[in-house]
Amino acid sequence: MPSALPEGEPAPPSGELPGYAVKALGSAPFGVYVHVPFCSVRCGYCDFNTYTLTELGVDGASTGTYADVALREIALATRVLGPNAPTVKSVFFGGGTPTLLAASDLVRVLDGIRAAFGLAEDAEVTTEANPDSVTLKFLQTLATGGFTRVSMGMQSAVPHVLDTLERTHDPDNVATSVAAAKAAGLKVSVDLIYGTPGESLPDWRTSLDAAIALRPDHISAYALVVEEGTKLGAQVRRGQVPAPQDDDEATKYELAEQVLGAAGYSWYEVSNWARTEADRCRHNEGYWSDGDWWGVGPGAHSHVGGVRWWNVKHPNAFAARLNAGVSPAAGRELLTADQRYDERVLLAIRLVDGLPIDDLRPEGVTAVAGLIADGLADGPSAMRPRRVVLTLRGRLLADTVVRRLLAF
Amino acid sequence: MSPMARIALEPHATPPDLIRNFCIIAHIDHGKSTLADRMLQITGVVDPRAMRAQYLDRMDIERERGITIKSQAVRMPWEVDEITYCLNMIDTPGHVDFTYEVSRSLAACEGAVLLVDAAQGIEAQTLANLYLAMENDLAIIPVLNKIDLPAAQPEKYAEELAKLIGCQPEDCLKVSGKSGIGVEPLLNKIVRDLPAPVGDPDAPARAMIFDSVYDTYRGVVTYVRVVDGNLNPRERILMMSTKATHELLEIGVISPEPVVCKGLGVGEVGYLITGVKDVRQSRVGDTVTNASKPGAEDLGGYSDPKPMVFSGLYPIDGSDYPDLRDALDRLKLNDAALIYEPETSVALGFGFRVGFLGMLHLEIVRERLEREFDLDLISTLPNVVYEVYLDDGKVITVTNPSEFPAGKVGDIKEPVVRATILAPSEFIGAVMELCQARRGTLLGMDYLSEERVEMRYTLPLAEIVFDFFDALKSKTRGYASLDYEPAGDQVADLVKVDILLQGEAVDAFSSIVHKDKAYAYGLMMVSKLRELIPRQNFEVPIQAAIGARIIARETIRAMRKDVLAKCYGGDISRKRKLLEKQKVGKKRMKMVGRVEVPQEAFIAALSNDAASGGDRTKK
Ligand SMILES: Nc1nc2c(ncn2[C@@H]2O[C@H](COP(=O)(O)OP(=O)(O)O)[C@@H](O)[C@H]2O)c(=O)[nH]1
Ligand SMILES: C[S@@+](CC[C@H](N)C(=O)[O-])C[C@H]1O[C@@H](n2cnc3c(N)ncnc32)[C@H](O)[C@@H]1O
Ligand code: SF4
Ligand SMILES: [Mg+2]
Repeated sequence: MPSALPEGEPAPPSGELPGYAVKALGSAPFGVYVHVPFCSVRCGYCDFNTYTLTELGVDGASTGTYADVALREIALATRVLGPNAPTVKSVFFGGGTPTLLAASDLVRVLDGIRAAFGLAEDAEVTTEANPDSVTLKFLQTLATGGFTRVSMGMQSAVPHVLDTLERTHDPDNVATSVAAAKAAGLKVSVDLIYGTPGESLPDWRTSLDAAIALRPDHISAYALVVEEGTKLGAQVRRGQVPAPQDDDEATKYELAEQVLGAAGYSWYEVSNWARTEADRCRHNEGYWSDGDWWGVGPGAHSHVGGVRWWNVKHPNAFAARLNAGVSPAAGRELLTADQRYDERVLLAIRLVDGLPIDDLRPEGVTAVAGLIADGLADGPSAMRPRRVVLTLRGRLLADTVVRRLLAF
Repeated sequence: MSPMARIALEPHATPPDLIRNFCIIAHIDHGKSTLADRMLQITGVVDPRAMRAQYLDRMDIERERGITIKSQAVRMPWEVDEITYCLNMIDTPGHVDFTYEVSRSLAACEGAVLLVDAAQGIEAQTLANLYLAMENDLAIIPVLNKIDLPAAQPEKYAEELAKLIGCQPEDCLKVSGKSGIGVEPLLNKIVRDLPAPVGDPDAPARAMIFDSVYDTYRGVVTYVRVVDGNLNPRERILMMSTKATHELLEIGVISPEPVVCKGLGVGEVGYLITGVKDVRQSRVGDTVTNASKPGAEDLGGYSDPKPMVFSGLYPIDGSDYPDLRDALDRLKLNDAALIYEPETSVALGFGFRVGFLGMLHLEIVRERLEREFDLDLISTLPNVVYEVYLDDGKVITVTNPSEFPAGKVGDIKEPVVRATILAPSEFIGAVMELCQARRGTLLGMDYLSEERVEMRYTLPLAEIVFDFFDALKSKTRGYASLDYEPAGDQVADLVKVDILLQGEAVDAFSSIVHKDKAYAYGLMMVSKLRELIPRQNFEVPIQAAIGARIIARETIRAMRKDVLAKCYGGDISRKRKLLEKQKVGKKRMKMVGRVEVPQEAFIAALSNDAASGGDRTKK
């Protein structure tokens, strides 16, 4: 069951935004996210908004028609954002499994975005990919069409871990796909998951080493979250599978930092490591640093100038709305100044550059010395460049740091 | 002809020899309330259509729990041999917490109906109540109830009952309060066998208060039994123990709704209203007399209610403290036994140390505070009262473990009770084992019949008041019954066990226990807290200590990770909402030094299975 949408006020059928939000456009980098809500099977741990084709039935949304529906929302976006909409700096196709669409469809959607807003010269264009669903030809089509990057769902290199995760991909295909992506001239990132029940520390080390051996430009390592409503969630609740342990995940995170660091990858966000600054995922950085983006697709989230909104979840409902000329937005939040401050602290603290101390409210400034004393924030960074930057221990305890900076 | 009286007798003008004052005494659930209901119906004072079960048990809590807390008195007419009599039925509370009130209700009667469930036989409260009745010189009518039950063995228990009170088995009436069988003969027997009250109609008025109830609209309603003289509306009355005088605004009888009357004469039972607002001004056991012509001596038997169990009550939301104070002030109006004073706990904030007659009293008060005043409360582990003798001869009365003096002390005294336990004889060993483990001393043992024994023990109150009854029940497969009464105090080897979080004592968890049980208590608390307190950013040692000596220790290891390291795409709202939820949750955290302890942990650690509770279903 895909994750639930937040609660908010209803969004207007026209998709219209408050004037102040539209006016703010351009002060931060602008990106477009395209959600592709299809997978060939659902992994046991996954609660993303995605559907298998059998779940959707024959007359609903489908991989074949999806590009056209997405283009319809892009057209709506141009109307809502108006003539002064900024040029797009990053595009991210996520899912689900975007590579279940035809490569030509992905390119067609990208073309639509380019036509609507213009695409910056150096724009970063990423797609997530399942190792089983890409070929060299497919990737070449993407590269030619303007894609620059692919993010591969590797998760683990250890068969029993992949089994527990119910990942169906063939581990050997990861290397093939990564090689193909490189051959096509794309940058490559791989996603790993740690803390899976039954995964030993050596298992994790094996996965890290295997990921490094692929020489990707970027590696994401996520701690497994057992989500309510997933198959894994039910197994844990019934006691059939043990819950992931925080201590174990902490040890694995520390191992990741050590092994990735030694292999030349540096962290730039709690769960993300890149070879160089240029290899960081700029699109994701936008999420953490108060950027603006339009999220296209069912259940996609958007943020423009202090307004957050989200689309209806179901692909059929999504398509029906757009076909009827109505905005697919289901709800929205007009953030208050306090909420924006909380979010800024919450998000920026996760980045390697941290938070400028001068941006903190007095109670936050007061908390900094204690965070340094407790080994959660880096001392030298607090003096120059006067930023709160998490230590390794602080990265693992980022929620505590946030609570202390917000003084509750 | 129907024995229902045609015309009831007028109060004030009723000759004492036509009055019968009686109570029904029974072990809990033996059917007292049901029988009382049937009497109300058969004598015609309650219209059959208005009849509802447990008519006299007025308070909601009583009705729900099926127990009688406050006694009531009902005047019922009954005709025997064409003479109309006036029966006053005084319903007595049935729980050990309220023994004093029971004894005052008994003192207002000349006779008692001793009711025994014909399927159960004699139980501990049957005995305890019988002894109380005999101390008050009451005539006893033995009755076997529930004879309609297929499992009833009236013949067998008639033998037991006869042996107990020294009569013939045939003298035991057999009734069913449920169906009404045998209730008319019982009413007749009450008239024939119970003595009429005697008193001097010309002497100065003397009446004993056997109940005192606060009513929102009327103020305090005082129930009395007139012994000498008479009480009349508009005269001034004097409370002999407090010396307070009041004007008698209203006088009446309960039948079973209040009926105003012209006064009460010798032997009569009724109620008085003086406009006072606090039951402390009209205390159970006190003697009411005429202010202008006072009686020479009070009727005796008055004593101040003595709290036996103390507990700290704290509002979960600290800002409710004033509401808690107001609520206690209000409850006090109706509960002369309730005492409290403000106290502060480092862990729990501002609250009250409250004294109770026993665990049932505690539960009732707590429940009323929560239900009627909409308060959310935490209560600390209940404790009894200790006297600590210091070397300089001073004595400290400890009602809260935090008052226990540090360092060397002389003798420590704890209250003890005389307990009566009835059980099938096959469980003698089990009962003895339990009582021994609870530091009991066997006083004596009697066989009531071949298969049932009565065992009498002296036991420390602290060992019996909290969970003893549950333990007894489980060791005897539910067959044992228990009753007890205060029996002074004794010197004992007691220590205070403190529970420390990161070296800081949490006052709410301190407990005074016997030396031999200190380790078990310490271990139980530290392991419990280890489960209940969430991990912090630093290691938290939990220790149990007697003074400076650590007797048990656990450690909550430092939390190493709390960050959500999963890809959430652009769903930032979800992350922020999580944070907002934590902010709210934080309000329910209490700080002990640097350690954040959730309210729930306190509640769970305090409302525990091992050291309290369980007394409510006492049988
Ligand atoms: N079968 C039967 N049940 C009875 C009789 N009298 C009382 N009960 C039941 O016994 C239980 C306890 O009765 P109650 O009057 O509340 O007992 P109390 O605790 O002594 O006041 C209730 O469930 C009654 O319905 C009786 O004569 N026959
Ligand atoms: C939006 S998902 C989609 C990627 C792609 N469909 C795939 O699975 O290969 C992006 C990444 O989130 C991570 N992820 C998904 N569910 C997760 C969970 N319950 N706990 C931790 N990480 C998770 C996985 O590493 C996954 O590759
Ligand atoms: S393939 Fe990716 S998006 Fe699809 S179910 Fe698995 S983890 Fe979720
Ligand atoms: Mg009753």
